[in-house]
Amino acid sequence: MIELKNVTKVFHAGTANERRALDGVNLHLFPGDFVTVIGSNGAGKSTMLNAIAGVWPIDEGSIVLGGKEISHLPEHRRAPMLGRVFQDPMTGTAADMQILENLALAARRGKRRGLKWHYTPIEREDYRELLNMLGLGLEDRLTAKVGLLSGGQRQALTLLMATLVQPQLLLLDEHTAALDPKTAQKVLEITDRIVSENSLTTLMVTHNMNDAIRHGNRLIMMDSGRVIFDCSGEEKKKLTVEDLMEKFSSASGGSGGSLADDRALLS
Amino acid sequence: MSLNIGTLISAFPGYLAQGIIWGIMALGLYISFRVLEFSDLTVDGSFAAGGAVTVMLILSGKPALLAVFAAVLVGILCGLCTGLLHTKFGIAPILSGILTQIALYSVNLHILGNKANQAVSVDKYSLLLSLRHPGPAIAAAGIFAAALIAVMYWFFGTELGSAIRATGSNPNMSKAQGINIDRMKVLALALSNGTVALAGGLMAQYQGFADVQMGRGAIVIGLAAIIIGEVFRRLIKITTPFDYAISLFFVIVGGIVYYVIMGIALWLRLPTNDLKLFTALIVAFALAIPQLHERRRLSRRKAGSGKGGAGQ
Repeated sequence: MIELKNVTKVFHAGTANERRALDGVNLHLFPGDFVTVIGSNGAGKSTMLNAIAGVWPIDEGSIVLGGKEISHLPEHRRAPMLGRVFQDPMTGTAADMQILENLALAARRGKRRGLKWHYTPIEREDYRELLNMLGLGLEDRLTAKVGLLSGGQRQALTLLMATLVQPQLLLLDEHTAALDPKTAQKVLEITDRIVSENSLTTLMVTHNMNDAIRHGNRLIMMDSGRVIFDCSGEEKKKLTVEDLMEKFSSASGGSGGSLADDRALLS
Repeated sequence: MSLNIGTLISAFPGYLAQGIIWGIMALGLYISFRVLEFSDLTVDGSFAAGGAVTVMLILSGKPALLAVFAAVLVGILCGLCTGLLHTKFGIAPILSGILTQIALYSVNLHILGNKANQAVSVDKYSLLLSLRHPGPAIAAAGIFAAALIAVMYWFFGTELGSAIRATGSNPNMSKAQGINIDRMKVLALALSNGTVALAGGLMAQYQGFADVQMGRGAIVIGLAAIIIGEVFRRLIKITTPFDYAISLFFVIVGGIVYYVIMGIALWLRLPTNDLKLFTALIVAFALAIPQLHERRRLSRRKAGSGKGGAGQ
């Protein structure tokens, strides 16, 4: 489905701040894979998602999605193939626009935007039904400005928008990190449902190791811009947080630099 | 030196007509400043360009309506210029606008036949509107304003217009939804400056001449109209499906109110030299209103009077 080959990205090349954010990443996802991505801060998790989405061009390597080389395409040309949800609930939606308008914009991802009215009466009813399934009471607030919604509601809406046009790959970039634990669980439930109903190929970055173990069929761990651990199927089901902690500490050379931060997240 | 209220009242139709024309200019500014959230300084130049093109074409014997249409096209070119400087060459919004504006000063002089101004007399040519006939001038400007509001309401309700609004509201989200935001910015700036040039064409006919300086301060006047309009808009708390059209209508109202305030200032014998200072003060005051309002609301809530908190 998607294949990353030797993807490399260096920020601030040639300066004192030079940082190899992605250092020859290789990754192959099969159709229907739901992969959780973990790693300490600066490991390259979000950078990998941004490389796929085309936020900036990569320095080396290739990205093939659905048999098509996409690494030279600008962000908006890759968008038709990708669904994206971001860490900041503000990023995925237009705050000054109505819920209805945001959904209508998303429904036209990858289609020509012409001089027809920006939504049709049929769409309106469809959206009401879809929102109803979220169970957040948004179905009666179609014309409310998105800026009035809570973070959790905005993330759920962004999920809906990301999958309104079926994407070849769904990119979830710590999309529950900014939410309170209860809301985060609710959004993860919605995520699981949407992913399984549409059998979406998914990459989900998370800081929470429990979530990484509990969700998806495959787990990868990143460190210093590389994939250092990859497991799936039965092996993943048996994983424990302790196993992951061990991997972390051996990866960071026993120094445990970022380990303390990650341990804090487990409680 | 008594103040005669009669002179103020007799001048009112003139202020009304000019207010509507500046309101049309402000609607153009609304597209860049409010919809796209792009501080476009091209408008001083494109307003004068619109006036210059209109007057020169009328002087060469073309019908006034055709001249105004040509002015719109020239305004669109001005906006394209700024848009391409910004999107293709990565020049900051404000600087892109200033560069086009500066260049337009020379271009406008050329359009005006290397003169600083050109007169077009309503006695010799058939104009769409003139200060000599305030009644018909108000009607003509009003028709243009109404048509423009209708077109803008329709356009920003289309898929394309909606994509422009999204680009202004959240560029990152727009890219993630497959919108080519560079193209949307260029398109919006073109439409914005086309509208501004239309207002320039109408103003030149109204005052009977085009001047290379006629756009000076247009941005500030336009912003004043937008902000004054928004202040008045907030007083009316009705919601209809035509909310957007009503907001646009209030930009025109803002233009009229601005001109009436200016008229009163002149009537009070405020020195003409101080008018720009006065304008800046009005705009600064209008810009400060939302902040002042919020601060008063918060301090009231702190005081625990229980009033006002629920309002807005």
